[in-house]
Amino acid sequence: MTFALSLRGQRRKTRARRIPVSLIVGGAMLAIQLLLAVFPSVFAPYAPDSFDYNALMQPPSLAHLFGTDNFGRDVLSRVIHAYSVDMQIAFFATVLPFLFGTSIGAVIGYTGGLAETIFGRLVDAIITFPFLVLVIAIVAVLGPGLNNMYIAVGVVDWVFYARLAVAEVKVQKRLDYAEAGRAMGYSPARIVFRHLMPNIITPLIVYWMTDMALAILLGSSLGYLGLGAQPPIAEWGVQIADAKNFMGTAWWMSVFPGVAIVVAGLSFSLTGDGVAEKMRTRR
Amino acid sequence: MKAGLSLEVKNLSTTFETPLGAVTAVDGVSFDVHPGEVLGLVGESGSGKSVTLRSLIGLIHPPGKVTGQVTWNGQDLLSVPPGRLRRVRGGEIAMIFQEPMTALNPVLTVGLQVEENLRAHTALDRGQRRARAIELFDLVGIPDAKRRLENYPHQFSGGMRQRVMIAIALASNPKLLLADEPTTALDVTIQDQILKLILSLRDELQMGVVLVTHDLGVVAGTCDRIAVMYAGRIVESGSVLEIFDGPRHAYTRGLLASVPQAGAERGPLLAIEGTPPALSALPTGCAFGPRCSFANDACRATRPELAEIGPGRQVACLHHETVAASKGQFA
Repeated sequence: MTFALSLRGQRRKTRARRIPVSLIVGGAMLAIQLLLAVFPSVFAPYAPDSFDYNALMQPPSLAHLFGTDNFGRDVLSRVIHAYSVDMQIAFFATVLPFLFGTSIGAVIGYTGGLAETIFGRLVDAIITFPFLVLVIAIVAVLGPGLNNMYIAVGVVDWVFYARLAVAEVKVQKRLDYAEAGRAMGYSPARIVFRHLMPNIITPLIVYWMTDMALAILLGSSLGYLGLGAQPPIAEWGVQIADAKNFMGTAWWMSVFPGVAIVVAGLSFSLTGDGVAEKMRTRR
Repeated sequence: MKAGLSLEVKNLSTTFETPLGAVTAVDGVSFDVHPGEVLGLVGESGSGKSVTLRSLIGLIHPPGKVTGQVTWNGQDLLSVPPGRLRRVRGGEIAMIFQEPMTALNPVLTVGLQVEENLRAHTALDRGQRRARAIELFDLVGIPDAKRRLENYPHQFSGGMRQRVMIAIALASNPKLLLADEPTTALDVTIQDQILKLILSLRDELQMGVVLVTHDLGVVAGTCDRIAVMYAGRIVESGSVLEIFDGPRHAYTRGLLASVPQAGAERGPLLAIEGTPPALSALPTGCAFGPRCSFANDACRATRPELAEIGPGRQVACLHHETVAASKGQFA
């Protein structure tokens, strides 16, 4: 019995040091995609917008691994060049909501009272609408394009980070170490940002990772609807929109960008899971 | 170093609004703490000791409400603006908590946590803060200070964490230390070390100390004066010697009787019958009345006020003379 117990303790120890598989796989996938995003022309065999009217809608072949589209553009090259757009969407659409939502949520959670009540109503109002519908409505008002898409996402998305931060801070602020901070005469801002923040940030980072996957989906959805990235920019959603009339005759035009979306989303999710697991074992 | 400061508490009351009505956790408590003096606040769980301590420096959260007067350095801590209060907290009056396991931030190094106090209350620069942190660790007896500053709280044992906590509390040379059961969570040998440490620091820094505890052994070994609390009020106060030698309140007498005596003939320990009353449903008259063997109709009719019966000696009992005379019964 004692032996078995000590063995188990031993195993837990080694597991704590190990990097979770999901983090290794997700991280590696992300790294490769980031490389593609930063240096697309190094990896793409053709320019993303070079027309070749002698090779319209060619199925995958050695010359065009992913085939060509209805203008004779190389699908592989367009998928690769789209990485720089879609990875940007993943980051820029979410980074401000992450920073702003986390900070404001932490402050609201710590203050409580009226601020929290008002925030609660705001959250209720915003989550009543489906996220996509709300974003589409805002983009429709502001006009299509990537920058307006970032604004539209930002206006809505921070609420989810803030809600998470509020809940986390409300737990942490009642713990002894926060009380000790108050007894030590630290200012509320100092307690929130210096002492509570490191204790609440893990789930928020994990959520951020998941949110980047969602942002890629959203970005390509808006691209597909003509509200996000504008053609002829190579972007997966735009590509699929271009391909939708040829779904039966040229499947490669839509399938490969679609696979890219799935792979990108998956790698963010895996990384998020891995980070979560890693942080859990560190405690 | 500046001369020590005294804390004067007058008529401190702390009330919590609950759905079942207001509950008075601390009811008209008054006491003084002088520089270099250790005051023991003694009582059962729920007698209001910790709430008293927290009320002093405004650590009571709504729906709690504190009234009365806490005079420190010529100002009433209950009415000073928040910024001023923050300067007092941690700077002039420091507090250490019962649970060293949870009172430290788990994700910051202990060195950083010491430096946080210095950053809040002193003008030291980075290098000086670090030097002071090492000095503090040496002071509270944490070996290998330089290396240990880089460690996280989970890398320390319970006793060492309490030392860290004390180091943080002492960082800015406070004039008064509020200790909320600092040794309850520790085992006996460590407990002794920590108490000795607090006493030696008291001597060195001329701090006043308020020590909240339910452990009479701790009180006997460390305190100069005692205030015994029951149901939110002080029922007896005086010097340690006076109170241990001749308790004048039936409750104090019962408390002392429930502690094993070294050197005395071995006999059964006496427990106080019954349990403390709920604060929301205090009996009329003396709160201890229903558990008291001295109680009569007079006790049930009026609540005895804390009365001076000698220099620095107060008791809130109608029968304190009878209680004092009955001393021999259990000793």
